[in-house]
Amino acid sequence: MSEQAEKKYAAYICTGCGIGDRLDAGELEQTASRDGRMNVVKQHEMLCSQDGVQMIRNDIDKEGVNHAVIVGCSRRAKVEAFAFNDIAMTRCNIREGVIWARPDTEEAKETTQEMANDYIRMSCAEIKQMNKPSPSGQQGRNPNVLVVGGGITGMTAAIEAAEAGYSVHLVEKSSALGGHVARLHKRVPFKAAPVGTPNSPDANLPMPEDTGIGDIIAAVEGNDNIKVYLNSTVTKTSGAPGRFSVDISTESGDTITENIGSIVQATGFKLYDPENLPEFNYAGSPDIITNLELEELANAAGDGPIKRPSDGKEVTSVLFVQDVGQNSSDEGRLPYDSGIGDLVSIKQALYFKHHNGDGCDATICYDNLRTPGAPGEDFYRSGQRNGVIFTKSEVKEVVPGDSITVKMHDKILDEDAEVKVDLVVLDLGMVPNSGPDPYAANEALEGMSDEDRAEELEAQEAHAADETSVKVESILNLDYRQGTDLPHLKHGFTDSHFICFPYETRRTGIYAAGPVRRPMDMKQAMDDATGAAMKAIQEIENAAQGRAAHPRVGDLSYPTFRKEGCTQCKRCTVECPFGAIDEDEERYPQYNEARCRRCGTCMGACPVRVISFENYSVNTVGAQIKECDIPEEWDEKPRILVLACENDAYPALDQAAISGEEISPWARVIPVRCLGSTSLSWVTDALNNGFDGIIMMGCKRGDDYQCHFVRGSTMAAERMAKVGDTLETLNLEPERVVVHEVAITDIERAPALIKEMEETIEKVGLSPFKF
Amino acid sequence: MTEVVATNQTILVVGGGISGMTAALEAAETGAQVVLVEKRPYLGGRVSQLYKYFPKLCHPTCGLEINQRRAKMNPNLTIVTGAEVSKLEGEAGNYTATVKLSPTYVNDNCTACGECAKAVEAEFDDEYNYGLSKRKGAYLPHVMAHPMKYVLDPAIIGTDDAQKAKDACKYDAIDLDDKEKEIQFPVGAVVWATGWKPYDAAKIQPYGYDRFANVVTNVEFERMADPKGPTGGKILRPSDGKEAKNVAFIQCAGSRDRNHLYHCSRICCMASLKQTHYVVDAYGDDAQVSIYYIDIRAIDRFEDFYAEVRAMDNVKFIKSKVASITRGENDNPCLNGVDTEGYHRYATEHDLVVLATGMEPSVSVDSFPVDVEINREGFIEPAEKNGGVFAAGCASDALDVNRAVQSATGAALKAIQVVNRVARAEG
Repeated sequence: MSEQAEKKYAAYICTGCGIGDRLDAGELEQTASRDGRMNVVKQHEMLCSQDGVQMIRNDIDKEGVNHAVIVGCSRRAKVEAFAFNDIAMTRCNIREGVIWARPDTEEAKETTQEMANDYIRMSCAEIKQMNKPSPSGQQGRNPNVLVVGGGITGMTAAIEAAEAGYSVHLVEKSSALGGHVARLHKRVPFKAAPVGTPNSPDANLPMPEDTGIGDIIAAVEGNDNIKVYLNSTVTKTSGAPGRFSVDISTESGDTITENIGSIVQATGFKLYDPENLPEFNYAGSPDIITNLELEELANAAGDGPIKRPSDGKEVTSVLFVQDVGQNSSDEGRLPYDSGIGDLVSIKQALYFKHHNGDGCDATICYDNLRTPGAPGEDFYRSGQRNGVIFTKSEVKEVVPGDSITVKMHDKILDEDAEVKVDLVVLDLGMVPNSGPDPYAANEALEGMSDEDRAEELEAQEAHAADETSVKVESILNLDYRQGTDLPHLKHGFTDSHFICFPYETRRTGIYAAGPVRRPMDMKQAMDDATGAAMKAIQEIENAAQGRAAHPRVGDLSYPTFRKEGCTQCKRCTVECPFGAIDEDEERYPQYNEARCRRCGTCMGACPVRVISFENYSVNTVGAQIKECDIPEEWDEKPRILVLACENDAYPALDQAAISGEEISPWARVIPVRCLGSTSLSWVTDALNNGFDGIIMMGCKRGDDYQCHFVRGSTMAAERMAKVGDTLETLNLEPERVVVHEVAITDIERAPALIKEMEETIEKVGLSPFKF
Repeated sequence: MTEVVATNQTILVVGGGISGMTAALEAAETGAQVVLVEKRPYLGGRVSQLYKYFPKLCHPTCGLEINQRRAKMNPNLTIVTGAEVSKLEGEAGNYTATVKLSPTYVNDNCTACGECAKAVEAEFDDEYNYGLSKRKGAYLPHVMAHPMKYVLDPAIIGTDDAQKAKDACKYDAIDLDDKEKEIQFPVGAVVWATGWKPYDAAKIQPYGYDRFANVVTNVEFERMADPKGPTGGKILRPSDGKEAKNVAFIQCAGSRDRNHLYHCSRICCMASLKQTHYVVDAYGDDAQVSIYYIDIRAIDRFEDFYAEVRAMDNVKFIKSKVASITRGENDNPCLNGVDTEGYHRYATEHDLVVLATGMEPSVSVDSFPVDVEINREGFIEPAEKNGGVFAAGCASDALDVNRAVQSATGAALKAIQVVNRVARAEG
């Protein structure tokens, strides 16, 4: 900032949209210049018009204005018009926030004007604490993508990134590319029946097709922009997007260090171990096989019939047991299904129709058949048309013998049945090849008492030290303070928690793709790989310019800390939801801005308030709280501070105003990047300043959390649980400070919660801290 | 209207639903120039009309808010609403797009102050609520609409209401002389994300959607559950406004059926399980839900969600393709058919029936403005002949939101590959 020109502050007040009719604009102007001490204050009857925008632009270009408050509509409106990215700017919301939220009555006039005056004071105080954010320059453009895993997903990601002009390092643990798909005889068809296919029973429907894996391997090997490392693993990953340093331990025993921009993890899956399912007797007969083993039998058959493993007899009847060990709540079984097993079994049943002739019985025993989409349903139809038998039944037991006996309950006939077949194929589920979950140990600790926690930690340590315990190998070996690998979402999958944002992992610049993310088939894995490659190249471009990734896309601000004040308490490094902060040799926090998502959780966590962003800090909010005018006690005008998440609660209040809901005239709403960024000092300051109540509105916590910074609202709730001490010290009632989960749809509820606080204050009385 | 500046390094995204928005934003945030063309006056498409998403039961508008913020902030992205691509000529890296712009009558001066809506009188069916409620002839399509502009219904043009709206506007935002226009611009690659529409339930004759008031579709039910919807979030019978506590869902209504849609729309089972939550949340122990199904397709990780609903005492699953609906007492729809598990006939009355109708591609096979490979169901298949046109989301298959976004993200890369090639060739 020192190199920048002198700070020149301006406030631009829009009088359009009824603002000028409802409020005394002269008073607003006076507030901005006298209380807000702005150097320039101007009014405009339609600030978002070309003329209004040009007025501001001229002041920036010719008058040296470099800090501006736009007073008018919400920060969510007219964003394109007020895109002054070359200065520090804030929006003061007196349209949705004030006039639309208040009734147009003579009675309400005074409090409405006070509300608007206050918001102007607050924004003027805020802008004085803000600086224009600029990138740190910590990383340059590094166009190298690391892809871990050389199966169909990894290869597709590599090809797609290379096609876009980026270089790829592809690391595969085994001695060959191709993964599972290389072992398949055929693949499930990718397409549905073509347009014009008649509605007739003998229409041509999709059949199993060649996997095409050979061509894909050749395309990888022949691509100059892809470097393949076979028999290799990643032994260390440090740095951040745009400047990852990755050690690849290669076949020859050497370790190569590569500079990497972003990473795609495509480490795939393994089949569930059938030995865990005694009722299916996998170990009891060579003629009870897995779905993957059947692919090998089909490959071995060449042009001839498929033979059973035990005695080489041509198979005349085969039975597929669907979803074995899946969708089960039993210990050690999979609580989910692979989603693709039914399509795979139809494909395999058709192998028999093709190789062994129509006389070979192929039966699929299923509960719910999952063949979704247009291609899925057409392939199911294809199976039916070609004589595959589908039986809705529950297979209870598979008994080995010369021919295999399958005992089942037929759900349609509602009776037990037994059939004898030559071969039984078990549809096994997919288990993700993810690395150890960095938070697994923490999850076990959640909700425990201190005593139990200590005991659990001890047990975990003992378990880790026990050499016989099975340890999951790390895949990425991240040199991060918060663990070596991508956090798991559920059941070991490294999926995103967000329906709208499937690639948002909790480690910036590292994207999971394929069945390690969630169970999926070959076609979806290829689509997924393309999507992950997209995110990988995007992160390279973002990191190059110091821009944040989702959800504060494009944000150039990043956290820094004042070393002198830091007590090395480690709360920031522990609480960062994205594992962005490490500790340096001197045990000070070490920020990696390209890993940072700009939520400010570290800032909220810091007990000594040394962490800040250029345009968002303890002071930008603190100053607003301090500058809010607190009426004398006998005025009987309470003040309620509302700290609202900018993504959900703040828009909910905005929409409430748009929809004509009233918001209490006592409320003063401050948007926060995430409730996780809330500093306890804001609460203390507000109480000391004479605020009568404080409401914090954040996103839903728990398993189905909606916080876009994952842990932000949880951390806030945990921190605020301790606010009771502060209240006690001040001799204030605990109900003056509340934390609510507020969704973006809480259009009626959000104002009602403020109303509720108004009632609480009526009950407990105004704060005694009014000076 | 927004001026379109484009070159053969520009990506055209057709459709501004969740898929089109995603493709446009992912590409624009990577540095590509993107023009997004949307038929409706606002972005968000079908998901903006959903109350909640499965399996988290979170709100679609939460993600929409983030995406809209991304859109507002991105200088690489030009959004054109009320527009349709009528022609696309050329080849990958060198297309000319012809776009038809419907008259909007409202320009960018609009501040969404709402004075025009106060001034007009005539009311029309509100398409945002699938016609379950009325709106004015000058209206904000919904409270989060982006662009945040009022819309004039073409039907009021030439009436007194039009002049009233214009007179009420202080910002010179209404232009009643606006006409349909056609513009042409060059693009290098196209992401086709025109999405889906609900299958016309009236075509399923035995279910009597057009005859029985208390037979509704799943998309209508979403609006009925939404507190911002036509019933204020109350689940009521359209016939008499009474609480609908005994609700039946008919799965595969018009799907997996050679007389209607051959395909399975993938989402309808999960949607009905989600909507079961709406009923149970509304009426607690008094709720009675019956789900008539062929297969419950809770795919991969969604099993948890299915198991949770299955464990509810007041939810029944009946394996049956319902044969017909007849009129029962008090306008109760009566469902007739055979429970195939054990083969029992039933004739059961419910307060309300929800048809879990499937997704049909928005664009019919004959009206694609460009030659791409299309399957029997009207979805676009990936193919060489598609050149630089890449399908995203439900234009490519019946997908849930998560998979649609996955598909759109991939399509964005395919388009970037084309324009990056052009950039390299042109140095």
